[in-house]
This record gives sequence, structure tokens and C-alpha cells, in this order.
Amino acid sequence: MMSTQATDHDERSMDARGGEPLKRSLARALRRQKIRALLLIAPLLAFIVLGFLMPIGSMLFRSVENPQITDILPRTVVALADWDADSNELPSEAVYTALVSDLRIAIEERTAMTMARRMNYEMAGFTTMVRRASRPLRRLDDDATGPFRELMIEAHDDWGDVATWRALKAYSSPYTVGYYLSAVDYTMVSGEIEPLPDNRSIHLMLFWRTAWMSGLICFLTLLLGYPVAFLLANVKERYANLLLIMVLLPFWTSLLVRTSAWKVLLQEQGVINQLLVWIGLVADDNRLAMINNKFGVIVAMTHILLPFMILPLYSVMKTVPPSYVRAAKSLGANDWTAFWRVYFPQSVPGIGAGAILVFIMAVGYYITPELVGGPSGMFISNRIAHQWNVSGNWGLVGALGTILLVAVLVLYWVYDKIVGIDNVKLG
Amino acid sequence: MPTDRSDEFVVFDSVQKSYDGEILVVKDLNLSMPKGEFLTMLGPSGSGKTTCLMMLAGFETATHGDIRLDGKPINNIPPHKRGIGMVFQNYALFPHMTIGENLGFPLEVRGMGKSEREAKITRALGMVQMEDFVNRRPAQLSGGQQQRVALARALVFEPELVLMDEPLGALDKQLREHMQFEITRLAHDLGITTVYVTHDQTEALTMSDRVAVFNDGRIQQLAPPEDLYERPENSFVAQFIGENNKLDGVVETINGEHCTVRLDDGTLVDAQPVNVSQAGERTRVSIRPERVESNPERLHPDAHLIDAEVLEFIYMGDTFRTRLRVAGNQDFVMKYRNAQDQPRYQKGDKIRIGWRPEDCRALDA
Repeated sequence: MMSTQATDHDERSMDARGGEPLKRSLARALRRQKIRALLLIAPLLAFIVLGFLMPIGSMLFRSVENPQITDILPRTVVALADWDADSNELPSEAVYTALVSDLRIAIEERTAMTMARRMNYEMAGFTTMVRRASRPLRRLDDDATGPFRELMIEAHDDWGDVATWRALKAYSSPYTVGYYLSAVDYTMVSGEIEPLPDNRSIHLMLFWRTAWMSGLICFLTLLLGYPVAFLLANVKERYANLLLIMVLLPFWTSLLVRTSAWKVLLQEQGVINQLLVWIGLVADDNRLAMINNKFGVIVAMTHILLPFMILPLYSVMKTVPPSYVRAAKSLGANDWTAFWRVYFPQSVPGIGAGAILVFIMAVGYYITPELVGGPSGMFISNRIAHQWNVSGNWGLVGALGTILLVAVLVLYWVYDKIVGIDNVKLG
Repeated sequence: MPTDRSDEFVVFDSVQKSYDGEILVVKDLNLSMPKGEFLTMLGPSGSGKTTCLMMLAGFETATHGDIRLDGKPINNIPPHKRGIGMVFQNYALFPHMTIGENLGFPLEVRGMGKSEREAKITRALGMVQMEDFVNRRPAQLSGGQQQRVALARALVFEPELVLMDEPLGALDKQLREHMQFEITRLAHDLGITTVYVTHDQTEALTMSDRVAVFNDGRIQQLAPPEDLYERPENSFVAQFIGENNKLDGVVETINGEHCTVRLDDGTLVDAQPVNVSQAGERTRVSIRPERVESNPERLHPDAHLIDAEVLEFIYMGDTFRTRLRVAGNQDFVMKYRNAQDQPRYQKGDKIRIGWRPEDCRALDA
């Protein structure tokens, strides 16, 4: 009772004019504003949740999800649990019996090939084994009894191979790290985690290539873009506007058109080679290979990403007052010292912003390496697209994508530690 | 040719400057400064004063004429070799360096050793009482502190000439007045020659040995502060420096140190001719508000008396300011100290005012 009175008293002391507590009337006054603000961002919020966060979540989930074996071969998985994978002996007849009854249902329900394809990602030839086995199994009577081991081995020799059973057992859990292992060129097909043979290892090499080529492209855009941005920031406004339009012009041209233009320039019968042959610098039968390799990708991507370096640099340089350089000179610094000791440090936030923008965009670039890269200029994104379109291995796509995402986030974190994200200015 | 260089430390010799090849921003500038002088370039914006400073610093090149420093022409010497200290309007302290590094910068580019550098930095910061801030960054300092550091940085390499481009423009009034005092003290103690640019006339009057009043690309008058205020040579200077009453008319008679002027409403006043030479010339008579008296006891026997009507009486604390209608001019201001024996007026009062003839100067119309 006492406390209620105290509260009443407190509230009364904070009453607004109408006798209503001040806090409540303030909240009501602000509610309309809040609702309006929420309504304004609602379409974009919904779009981001549906179009961005959900796909990423689904990607993360697909990279570990592995339901095919447990769903389609449930009895086999249970029966295999008792089998010692290290024993070098084939599983017992009971396991074969379970497999046969699982497969017969799977064939009936047309899910056998789904399971076969899943195993085929890890062990080439598995689809053939299932296809071969399905013919005798379909002919089998409903109440047929074993022995099934001989029947299966007769259908395909590999059903009598311990390696097959080890693989099945290794990938039989409903969630797996298997996709991540193959994303970094490892496998657990034998039950142990071991590296893939060299002729099947491709992902680590692609990750590394994507990283160093992106770094190089980033460096080249800085090298080419810094003087341009400096000029932009230091010429008279009307010239600056004209220059800026020239910098932005590529933005208004389709990416495909620009990439194709580089194809025209760089190919063996292209403009540059023709010119070099005509001048006599290059023999007609020994034309330079400038496309469908790393060189082509680096040239085209440096060109395409250049504005993303120039614009943040420009916006930062524009804010550096000319009096700093003047002060440096009046203090006795020559042009170079004034630039290097005073101007350049002021432009570092722009370099930071441009570098992180270009690098992150380059790491995820797909279209340009696809069009001008060829096999040797391929990026990890092209491999992801290949796995998606051709192999349909969504789990591996998810794992590769997640690794790429995490790598970029880690880089961002390291960058924040070194440069400090507060020092990055986009304008 | 033996010339006494001590009187010609800084010389502008018929200097012209144009940015676009059409308009002259600086027209025929001639100026000569002795060593140790504190000279202020005062003028409205666009009058060419900053351009002159930038030419002296080397950031702008003169289109015509010579600039000499200690007898040597410096037109073709780049700014970093002129050895001129400079304080900028926004201080231009390097934000990525500490205060110590900022001050060390000019010494470092001169190849000075670390221990010598540190001694000089400490000494320079001591001059502006900022020793404790040596490891701070400029952003951590207040405007006044940044100003002191900028000053110390311009002085640390012991230049003989220091240029200041409206250095106190960003400070509040009180701090500005304090810094005015400190800058003049430092300049005199160290015997540095200083060229100071400002558009604030109070600053110019209180700090300088001489003031050059700029307008329209020319020096209108170059004189010590007292001469400038008491004896302006033309209407622009009279108007620009301090408050000034102006009455337009025609010279009626002129006789050496005296002239009479028939004002436009027919009133006749005595004046001292400054830049009028013959009868019939149009002129503008100028009288300072504090030289106008209305108290009969204080009026000088020779004072020229004239009728006036009070339009406004403003109480300003230490002074009274009375706006009058005098000879048809409604903006005539009389200013006097707040004292017991001084009269207070009401709007509409008809009074007689007067001034000494030598306080009334007949200038160009």
C-alpha cells in the first residue's frame, strides 16, 4: 500500500498537463514517429531478410546437412553401427539383408539415385554400383531370403569391397563435416580424415589464387587510381567534374560490354596482337596469349574495379585542406617530403576504404574470370558456380561459400585491428 | 651599391598580381619593412592582403615586380627554401603527428639531430606555455592551445621573418585579446620581423608597429596605428578604421592648414584640408564620434558649434552613444564616457554640439 502511494505520488509529480504521467505521454508522442520510421524501412528490411539473410542461413545449413543416407538407407545405417570399419572384413550378412530391403524400398520410391549421387560426390562410381544392383533387386520376390551378399557382389564387384562400406559408414550421419573437408581438399571416405589425391585437389589452390590475384588487382587499382584521385581533388572544379565523369563512365556501361571489350582487345586475333604483329614486335605464329589466363583477368578486373578505388580516395583527398601541404613547405619540406610526410598520411583512410572495397569485390568476382579467365584464370566463385550448375552438389557449394564468407569476415577483422575501421572513410 | 639593408629587410617593389590575366588583384604594391618590425596588412576580404602574404611566402608568384628578402630577390626561390615561418588561419597542425612531432618536423627536414631537436622543441613550447602537451595530438587541444602550438611551430626553426594569416580568426573574443598580447610580446622579445594579415581593425591597431590598409589591390595608407586613426589620409581609411561621421559638401575657401566647407544642406563648417587642394572641390568631412562634444563646459573655445537633434540615446554601460541629425545627416554619432557630469538626452532634444577644427578632416569625396 505504501509503495503504491509512493509511486502515485512520484507519477503525480511528473504529470504532464492532462494529468497523465510524463513518461507515458512522451512515449505516446514518440510512438507515431517510431511507427512511421519502421514503416519506412519495412520494405527493405523484409527484402533483406528474405533475399539475403535467409539464403545465407540456408547456405550455412546445407553445408552441414547430410540426410540422404540416413533417410534412404535407415536399416543399413543401424546394421552398420556394429561393424568394425578397421577390421578389413566385409560386414555380416545382416548388413547386406538390411541394405537389400532399404534399396528395394528406395527403388520403389525412386529415391535410390538421390542416395547414389550423394555417395558419388565422395566416391566415384557409386551411381553405377546402385544402378547395377537395382536390376536383380527388382526381380527379387517380396519374401525372398538371403544370402544377399553374393547377390550384391555379383551385381557389382565393389559391393564386396571394404572401402565401399567404410565410405557408407563415414557419411551416414545426418550432419557431416564432409562438405567442408572436400572444400579444403580432404576426404573421410576411408573413415579417416586424409588429403585428397593431388589430381582431385583444386579448392585450396583456387582459394589461394583468388586471394593473391585479388590482392594484386587491389594494389594495381591503388597504383593507377591514386594519381587520378589526387588530380581530381586538386584541379579546378570544372575540370574535376569532367574528369569525374570520365571516371564514372565505366559505371554506366554494362559489365558484360566492358569485359567483352577486353576480349576484343586481348584475344589472339585481337586489336593489340594485330598491332604488335603489324609493327613487327611479335611473330605472326607466336602471338601473345593475353586472354583466357591470369593476365586477362588481372587486366580486365583492374579496369572494372578502378572506380571503386578512385571514388573513396577522391572523397577523402578532397577533405585534406591545402594548407597542410603549404604549412609543410613553409616549414622547409620539399615537394616530396611534404607529400609523403603530410599529405599521404591524411589520405590513408581513403586507401583503406578503397582497398577493402576493391579486395572484397574482387574476391567474390565471377563474371569476368568466367569470360576472360579460362581454366588458369578461374576464381573460387567460378568453381562454386560449377558445383552448383553442373554437379548440383549444394552441400559443397554451401561449404565453399561459407568458407569464403568467413575468410572475408576474418580479413575484415584483421583489417580493423591493423587500420581501424573508424579510419576508413567513404566520403 | 651600399644600401642600408636594416631598413629594407622585406621589400615589395612595384609588385602586381593577376590570377586570370584580366583583373589585377594586387596593383603596383610598394612596401619596405625594417628588421624587427611588426607590420599588419589590414583590409576587407578581396583587397589583396592575403595574396601579398602568399607571394611573400612563395605560394603565389608575382606577375610583375620584385620581392626582396634581406636584399635578395626571392621570386624564384621555392617556399621551402625561403626559411619563412608561417601561421595559418586554421593552424594547419598535422593531425597525424603529436605536438612534439609537429614541432620537430621543420627541424627534422633540416637534418637536425634528435637531442638538439628535443631541446629546441621544449624551448619553443616553453615560450607559449605548452610544454606539458608535447605528446598530445592536435585534436586533443582546444582552439587556443592549437593556436599556441602553431605559433611555436612557426618559431621553432628560428626564422627571421614570420607570416601570420588571420591566426586569431577562429578564437572567441577573450582568448583573441589574450593571444594578441602574447603574439606581440613574443615577436618583440625574439626580435622577429612579422607580417600579420587580418581584417579585424582592433587587432591591427593594438598589435602593430605599422599598419598597411589595403583596398582594391592597393595600400591606401601605411602608418603607425595612431596616425592611421587620428590622421586618416582618405575616406576609405577613415571609414574602415574605427567609427566615423561623414558629412558631404564642397570646399568654399582653402588657406593652408584651414578650409571651410559648405555642406550639402548649406551649413558652413571649418575643417583641416587633407586631400583637397582647391576651392570648389567636392569633399567628405570626417569627424570621430568621441571628438564630438555637447557639454558646454567641455567645449574648446575654438570649437565649431552646430545645431543637432537627438534621434536616439543609447546606454552602453561605460559610454553613451547618441545618434543625431546633423546638417541633414541622420547617422551622426556622438560618443562620450559615462560620468556624473555628463548630460543624458531624450529623443527629440535640440542641442548644440561642437568639435575642434583639427578633428574635422576634409578628405576625398
